Amino acid sequence: MNIALEIIAILFLLGGAFFFLVGTMGLIRMPDVFCRMHATTKCDTLGAGMILVGLMIFYGFSVITLKLLLILIFIWLTNPTAAHIIAKAEYKKEWLTKKEED
Amino acid sequence: MITHVMIAISIFLSVMAFVCLYRAYIGPTPADRVIAINVISTKVTILIVLLAGLTNQDSFVDVSIVYAMMGFITTVAVSKYLEKGKLF
Repeated sequence: MNIALEIIAILFLLGGAFFFLVGTMGLIRMPDVFCRMHATTKCDTLGAGMILVGLMIFYGFSVITLKLLLILIFIWLTNPTAAHIIAKAEYKKEWLTKKEED
Repeated sequence: MITHVMIAISIFLSVMAFVCLYRAYIGPTPADRVIAINVISTKVTILIVLLAGLTNQDSFVDVSIVYAMMGFITTVAVSKYLEKGKLF
């Protein structure tokens, strides 16, 4: 593994760590459920995606790279779906309680 | 050099998982706790992949695939339970 590929992989890994830090700060500091969900969805897709791309550069062409690509596609498909399901559940619950108050 | 970065990111992700666990403990609504557990499951998936790179154990990547599926199914099941009050 030459030095240029290693530097590119390290940059991808550090970028992913930065997005995980941003998502966790949003999860702690934001005031509302939907604001927290907005921060953590960024953390899931971008942070996990950049760390997995960095590891794919680290492994080169092998079977492990295909498996990492499988994990990446799975995370990119399922995390927006999970966020949408949580948001729908919370929104319906708030709407029902507001209708009962009226 | 990349090994040191991977060790540093593993420790960083473990600390961040504990910070998310704090939100899962104090969260005012149940949706907050579901969000925190979802983020922790993504972090543990990435942590297992990093450990596979550090220890040269290629079978850990398969464990990571299974862990990602388990986290997604957990989130969907708990959200459906929150929405309807029952699972089916």
